[in-house]
Amino acid sequence: MKKKSVAALLVLSMAASLLAGCGGSDDSSAKSDAGSDAAATDEAKDDGADEAKDDAAEAPAASGDGKVYYLNFKPEQESQWNDLAAAYTEETGVPVTVVTAASGTYESTLKSEMAKEDAPTLFQVNGPVGLASWKDYCMDLSGTDLYSQVKSDDFVLKEGEEVKGIAYVIETYGLIYNKTVLNAYCGMDGAVVDSIDKINNFETLKAVADDIQSRLDEVSAAAGDGYNLAGAFTSAGMDSSSDWRFKTHLANLPIYYEYQEKGISETDAIEGKYLDNYKNVWDLYITDSTCEPGMIATKTGDDATAEFALGEAVFYQNGTWAYQDIIDAGVLTDDDLGMMPIYIGVEGEEKQGLCTGSENYWCINKNASEADIQATADFLNWVVTSDTGRDSLANQMGFVTPFKTFDDGYTPSNVLVNASNASIDAGQTQVAWCFTTMPSENWKNGVGAALTEYAQGTKEWDAVVTAFVDGWKTEYDATH
Amino acid sequence: MDKAIKRYFPLFALPTLVAFTIGFIVPFVMGIYLSFCKFTTVTDAKFVGLKNYASIFTDKTFGHSLWYTALFTIVSVVLINVLAFAIAMLLTKGIRGTNIFRTVFFMPNLIGGIVLGYIWQLILNGILAQFGRTLVYSATYGFWGLVILMCWQQIGYMMIIYIAGIQNIPGELIEAAKIDGATSSQVLFKVTIPMVMPSITVCTFLTLTNGFKLFDQNLALTNGAPSDMSQMLALNIYDTFYTRTGFEGVGQAKAVIFFIIVAVIAIGQNVLTRSKEVQQ
Repeated sequence: MKKKSVAALLVLSMAASLLAGCGGSDDSSAKSDAGSDAAATDEAKDDGADEAKDDAAEAPAASGDGKVYYLNFKPEQESQWNDLAAAYTEETGVPVTVVTAASGTYESTLKSEMAKEDAPTLFQVNGPVGLASWKDYCMDLSGTDLYSQVKSDDFVLKEGEEVKGIAYVIETYGLIYNKTVLNAYCGMDGAVVDSIDKINNFETLKAVADDIQSRLDEVSAAAGDGYNLAGAFTSAGMDSSSDWRFKTHLANLPIYYEYQEKGISETDAIEGKYLDNYKNVWDLYITDSTCEPGMIATKTGDDATAEFALGEAVFYQNGTWAYQDIIDAGVLTDDDLGMMPIYIGVEGEEKQGLCTGSENYWCINKNASEADIQATADFLNWVVTSDTGRDSLANQMGFVTPFKTFDDGYTPSNVLVNASNASIDAGQTQVAWCFTTMPSENWKNGVGAALTEYAQGTKEWDAVVTAFVDGWKTEYDATH
Repeated sequence: MDKAIKRYFPLFALPTLVAFTIGFIVPFVMGIYLSFCKFTTVTDAKFVGLKNYASIFTDKTFGHSLWYTALFTIVSVVLINVLAFAIAMLLTKGIRGTNIFRTVFFMPNLIGGIVLGYIWQLILNGILAQFGRTLVYSATYGFWGLVILMCWQQIGYMMIIYIAGIQNIPGELIEAAKIDGATSSQVLFKVTIPMVMPSITVCTFLTLTNGFKLFDQNLALTNGAPSDMSQMLALNIYDTFYTRTGFEGVGQAKAVIFFIIVAVIAIGQNVLTRSKEVQQ
């Protein structure tokens, strides 16, 4: 009896390990399922192909049996990319997988995905520093149809003569403000300014914010029903998913001015000449805010969006990409929104404009199979030339793109983009995105952590200066 | 039959052996090799010798996380084992509702580390918000937050092991001790504890290695904030590997050192407590 049970046990454990073996491959079988789903639509291919021809001249023809795997950086546009991928598959039969990395985890997701056999065929880097770590994986795009559609080489990343990455969206950020509230404030007795236009430097901005913060109830009442202001600025959320608003985007301004002064576009050691200005604006953000400075460590960007979108705050530092999230909350409309430059108190900043640039460059994985590379190039070409693709990018995702094909009526119409155009038309100097030259992610994390600790009072401002200046040098040396 | 088992041993053991090789031995050997390489993705590496190991010593965060982890492990091993043993003693006295209590204490163990981390983050931040602070205010908060979390999660599990050990003690031993006039603390220290030594070996082993390898809870609760001051070893390795471009090899080298530390400590502990075990 005992022997039998030993034998039975062995058989059982063997079976179990077999099952475990099967379990391990679940992932890949799920993926190939998706592939065969797509293959099922092959039958529709014939019908679809004709229609597709009108849109994209040669898209499906060369695709063969390739497939596209896009590792998307922008969580805001996840569903639109999924829809677009499905539309392409329906039209051409080429399977397109879109995977979106969670906010703040793109680099780590990319790193583990690239090691897999089914690596992304299409991924993105965030600029020169991002390219430095991925250049061995980026195909030269100079021969692709996509490259021929780019307006100028300002929008591509080059290494020597090779085109390694192509920007697909030009974005703008600044201080998004609630126009209704701010106009109401300007009409109040004792207001610091009588029109929004007059807020054109840091001093005025601070005076206005301080004044609003000191009489929130009055301003809420003046703004009308439904407004219940909790602060002038939204909470400066420093949760690790959201601290990029300050450690990257806000930090861009002191870097930009230093670069301007020295006439450089990158450096191995930053001097930190404008860090006092950085401190002033950071102080403003955390003081005239909806929450106590000590609490920002747990606040997220979503909290800030919600506060602004529900009319609890007047100013919100973010960019054109935030438009959809604000409108989706269903309280504010286009008429309520405006965007002004982030003033940090530099001489002559009345002429300063919004911050415009790109940190989203498409790259094609050189190591993918030839069929997949072809399929990916075709997909990208379809995205920027077909009506469906252009409509999705411009109207649904709200992207301003650097491609020629979008000039005939495919420009997004959201108010934040309009504000950005207006700023250019008014002759303001656009602030470049110098943050793509920050030495590393680790540098940003160091600055972010120091900002948080300064805000909650556990460290002095010196800690931020150290992280900013000394950290830059250390990180630059460590990564170059 | 025994002969048959011996003869067919390779056949039966093969699937497990294959799974073990694929799932453990291959990644392990690859990992050690990668610690001597420079690479971006693990399938594409270039040999650089001992450079990675050298740069560990210039990395201040590694040293900090090492002693932070050691401190955490000591505190959590002591707390978890003492409390688990105390509860196990209580729940073997035959009081009413023993089974319900056992189930309740065991339940936190069924929840995964990440989920637990976020739950406790909410609870602790909710409490600290009363004082205008957060869990990441200083590394001390994160430290005790982690200790509370780990106690809550592990006490139930260790309790079950101790209960099994205590129930295995023959009743006549304790009876004899009492008849000889032993006080209850004498019974505890001279009879019960020596008799549950095997359980203590297992429990200290588990808590010790769990403490050293702690990752999910650390990631979810504080993610190393503020300024990596509440970062434990495993998280430090993870961050080096994933968030620092060009430091993948260094992360890998740290992982090898980490393995050696854990192995040495675990074996040492095992030898030490085993020597204290008594034969019935």
